[in-house]
Amino acid sequence: MAWTWFHRLGSPPYIYALAARLTPWFAWPAAVLTIVGLYAGLVLAPPDYQQGDGYRIIYVHVPSAWMSLMVYTTMAVSAAIGLIWRIKVAHAVAASCAAMGATFTFAALVTGSLWGAPMWGTYWEWDPRLVSELILLFLFLGYMGLRSAIDDVQRADRISAVLAIVGVINVPIIHFSVEWWNSLHQTSSVFRRAGPAMPMSMLLPLLTMFVAFTLMFAALLLTRLRAEVLSRERSASWIREVVSA
Amino acid sequence: MTEIRNETVDTTTTSEASFASTATPALAAARLVLARDLRLAFRRPGEMLQPLVFFAIVTTLFPLAITPELSQLRVVAPGVVWVAALLSSLLALEFLYREDAHDGTLEQYALSGQSLTWLLFAKTASHWLLTGLPLALMAPIAALALGAPMSSVPGIVASVAVGSIALSLIGAIGASLTLGVRRSGVLLSILTLPLAIPVLIFGASATSRAIAGEDYSAPLYLVGAIAVLGITLAPLAAAAAVRISLE
Amino acid sequence: MSTLGLRGEGLHLWRGDRHILRGVSLELRGGEVLQLTGSNGAGKTTLLRTLSGLIYPEEGRVLWAGEDIRKDLRAYHAQLAYVGHEPPLKADLTPRENLHYWIGVRQRLTASAIDQALDEVGADEWRDRAVRTLSAGQRRRVALAGLKLLTAPLWLLDEPTTNLDTAGQDLVGRLIEAQVARGGMVIAAVHHELALPTLMVRRMQLAAS
Repeated sequence: MAWTWFHRLGSPPYIYALAARLTPWFAWPAAVLTIVGLYAGLVLAPPDYQQGDGYRIIYVHVPSAWMSLMVYTTMAVSAAIGLIWRIKVAHAVAASCAAMGATFTFAALVTGSLWGAPMWGTYWEWDPRLVSELILLFLFLGYMGLRSAIDDVQRADRISAVLAIVGVINVPIIHFSVEWWNSLHQTSSVFRRAGPAMPMSMLLPLLTMFVAFTLMFAALLLTRLRAEVLSRERSASWIREVVSA
Repeated sequence: MTEIRNETVDTTTTSEASFASTATPALAAARLVLARDLRLAFRRPGEMLQPLVFFAIVTTLFPLAITPELSQLRVVAPGVVWVAALLSSLLALEFLYREDAHDGTLEQYALSGQSLTWLLFAKTASHWLLTGLPLALMAPIAALALGAPMSSVPGIVASVAVGSIALSLIGAIGASLTLGVRRSGVLLSILTLPLAIPVLIFGASATSRAIAGEDYSAPLYLVGAIAVLGITLAPLAAAAAVRISLE
Repeated sequence: MSTLGLRGEGLHLWRGDRHILRGVSLELRGGEVLQLTGSNGAGKTTLLRTLSGLIYPEEGRVLWAGEDIRKDLRAYHAQLAYVGHEPPLKADLTPRENLHYWIGVRQRLTASAIDQALDEVGADEWRDRAVRTLSAGQRRRVALAGLKLLTAPLWLLDEPTTNLDTAGQDLVGRLIEAQVARGGMVIAAVHHELALPTLMVRRMQLAAS
């Protein structure tokens, strides 16, 4: 009996309805917190004594970078669940994650490079964090490429799940190797993030943005998941009922 | 198995005894997989040499594109050698799995009663013997031509030899993932190269330290650690992917 | 119980929108032959691959000797010989070498056993020629020699008589008869009826989806 909820989670119509019901619970708080966080970060927080107002891009950059890793992990974990327990919905979750993850990663790269422009006087520096982020983008693109290269959805699900798992094992190794590579070449990084010594007035907006981005991801994921379920189950009879209702 | 029994057999209660045969021990099975791939490669020596020729050509391009000045080439030599080795290793991978998938050999491996993981490990070993090892022997020649001193040869051989083990294993994952894919060549590279970045970083670092006459043991150990991790995990992932592609 | 037997229970499989296996159930005991017929795309190969454990059915299960084959797939595969519609041969190797590697990975083999099996399928003349120089029918005969060497109680054969002349088709019949006489079982997917005058052959027709 304890397994009923587990099985219901595997049923597409149930997931479709559940996702629809849950979306506003994430979307509205995400919207409110984004406005609050941005206002606090861009207006209320004091300028940095060294970087002036330039540092304020961290309120988008840091949460994006953090989300890129979190989305990859979510993707790999749901892919593993799909692979091991053969739950189709878990594969649909993984599939929905990829494009969003790539977008967050891309946003982190662009904002990082924009931040770098006034600091280094150049848009691209071979900074270890930016390089790690770039490799992560390649991993996302590879995952999406593999998926789109396989016509059969189930096979695409399972093959790309193996890739996601291999990738998630590799991410820390890549990160470590890139850090090591950087320490080797001693390029003094101007691109230093504020440590824990950051004053509360700067830190609170950042934490708010973290929460806002996470909720936004959840809301987007649920929405994408519904689209994914619709396209996968397009020939099922329950879809006709949902669409005509 | 050669004798066919003439008496009538009670068809409902056949015991398994009439099908007794000695299963091949795992080690012998792996040796057969390895021997088959090596023999096939030696039947077509031209194809076997292609990655090495490719490696030689790529390393030749760099002095032509940059400068013939050895003092400058010496600086980029580790990078050149490693990028060329990485690409050559990839080049050979595609054939190795593709043919086996096409002619049903992988299917028979999966149905052999042996561990598919283990058989694919043997297959990866053959890939390394056919490309990794020759590359390790060729890399110092390329490095010498790019201005590396004679004393750096052992370090270069060691780093490319160990690094190419890891590359073969990572490549095996990529090759098995792209089995059921049309025009898989580019995709194979896109999937495999990012995963190979740590090997490239540590391997190139060991090579450049060897060229500079410094102690290269730390990065070499790190490459070795990745190779060991690869040995334990990569055949598992490859076997999972092969099974999925056979479904 | 040591009774050998294969059972498929309510096997369902979808490929995208296509429902390929629609609740297939079958049972086979030692000494029985099952002939699968059906038009192209009816799912004969899919059913064989599902029974072999290569394909995981979305519903239903396959039992061997009363146990779900998923419990110990490798032990099940040791009892199974599967020959697909393309013989798993390497074009650059000779028939002898091919059998040495293909069958040798599974079970201990002697060179004389290989030669004997090749003799029996009429391959003694060309056993040392590269497979690439052989005709499709000759390759099929090499695959039959492999089947002869394999000591597995369960044979799953996909179109075993493709490309074979009349003598070759008779050879397939004799091999199956010998397998049955040993108490083994055979499932063969075929387009044309197998010539098995001495045996009771069960038939199963798969309808195209």
